Amino acid sequence: MIAIDTALALQAPQLMTTPPLLTMAGVSRRYGDVVALQDVSATVYPGEVLGIVGESGSGKSTLLRMMNLEDTPDAGDYRLALPDLSGNLFDLDRFARRMLCATRIGIVYQNPHLGLLMKHTSSGNVAERLLIAGERSFATLRGRAREALGASEFPLERMDARPIELSGGMQQRVQLAKAIALEPALLLLDEPTTGLDVSVQALVLDTLKRLQRDRAITMVIVSHDLGVIRTMADRVMVMRRGRVVEQGLADQIFQDPQHEYTQQLVHAKL
Amino acid sequence: MTPVLEVQNLAKHFQMHHLGQRLHAFDGVTFTLHAGEFLLLRGPNGVGKSTLLRTLYRSYLPRAGHVWYHTTEGRIDLATAADVDIALLRRREIGFVTQFLIARPRVAAEDIVAEPLRRTGIVAGDALDEARRWLAEFGVKRDLWRAYPTTFSGGEQQKVNLARALILPQRLMLLDEPTASLDAGARAALIRRLADLKAAGVAMIGVFHHPGDVADLIDREIELTLQEVPEDVAV
Repeated sequence: MIAIDTALALQAPQLMTTPPLLTMAGVSRRYGDVVALQDVSATVYPGEVLGIVGESGSGKSTLLRMMNLEDTPDAGDYRLALPDLSGNLFDLDRFARRMLCATRIGIVYQNPHLGLLMKHTSSGNVAERLLIAGERSFATLRGRAREALGASEFPLERMDARPIELSGGMQQRVQLAKAIALEPALLLLDEPTTGLDVSVQALVLDTLKRLQRDRAITMVIVSHDLGVIRTMADRVMVMRRGRVVEQGLADQIFQDPQHEYTQQLVHAKL
Repeated sequence: MTPVLEVQNLAKHFQMHHLGQRLHAFDGVTFTLHAGEFLLLRGPNGVGKSTLLRTLYRSYLPRAGHVWYHTTEGRIDLATAADVDIALLRRREIGFVTQFLIARPRVAAEDIVAEPLRRTGIVAGDALDEARRWLAEFGVKRDLWRAYPTTFSGGEQQKVNLARALILPQRLMLLDEPTASLDAGARAALIRRLADLKAAGVAMIGVFHHPGDVADLIDREIELTLQEVPEDVAV
């Protein structure tokens, strides 16, 4: 008989008592006459996966770039509940932003050219992240790059191949390895499976799911593919024209969408 | 005795923007459920039995009313609780059992069944042993345990789904036609499991195509009746 206590739990309810890891409030950004983000607020709790959906130009990728501190909004507040970190992160200078992004935030872009140096080796791309964080020992760099590539299910016999020689699915794994090499508190995924064929897409989603379960990484995933969001996300935020039109539990957004635009999106899904 | 669930004047409608209509599902649903009680929802097709279950689970947003879930530390209204709290309650305390498989591509049957245990921190080996025990109990052939259920027949998928849904006892379980299209062996296994859960104090609300299957478990029944639909409103 297996010693698992699956007996009925009649204890206090497990309600969320820890504060959100990520809190964004009132973020707005215009590019000329174009409103990219208008008064956007978001919270993400530790270990949670937040999905962001919306059509092209809805602002979902812009919001993700804000979370990665690649741009500064016209207004807004952004906080991460991490040790030694306080205040509005948009107030940080370039150097502090770079350190924070290198050590605490990982990102995977839809376009691997944005995230990788195509003519360096795959292991070198991962090690670069560790170098920025101050690691100097070659053996340690190589060992940790190998570990991160392994966790991303990258074939290790190819770890010295250059990304430019790899398939799209493999390039995404190198990006993922780079993103998780320093065990970030927050993993940002911008259309991570768009452009991959469906079998490779399923493998990448599998890897993400496993990482989420084994390491409880907090994730924000942006995709226009509702199937991807449905597979990955605990909660979903729906964006349109730079605004959040609706948010809720993933199954509620897909089964009982409230906003007219969300209903159109859900009904348009094949 | 403190109840597990206290539902007061619960109402649901669906705002269909593309039709410019509001579809009425139900209103004024009121009942109380205690630990170890089994409540049967009755009524004709389309009356809103499954809709009521999904509204209690918060897959559907209630229009009005309260769903008080009582705990040792007070009560929480599931109708208005924060999404993040609903997600946590679903992980350990409130389960939903349906006939439809929630399968991810390229995940083996035994891993799908073990997942609820893994999420509570049980190590992989123990969780898999328990998962295999339940797959066997529901009559899933051993050579399918490592296979991907997305390619299984409807009946086999349903057995995997039930094993997953019932592997971890929860305080409140919502059952949406779990016996539909099951063979006799699996149906018997399911009813045995439900009886054990009831004896352990699990409160259950169920919709059954053939309520006779669970006649011995039923404590109370609620009859839902059809109401006028749809009601035209300005959108």
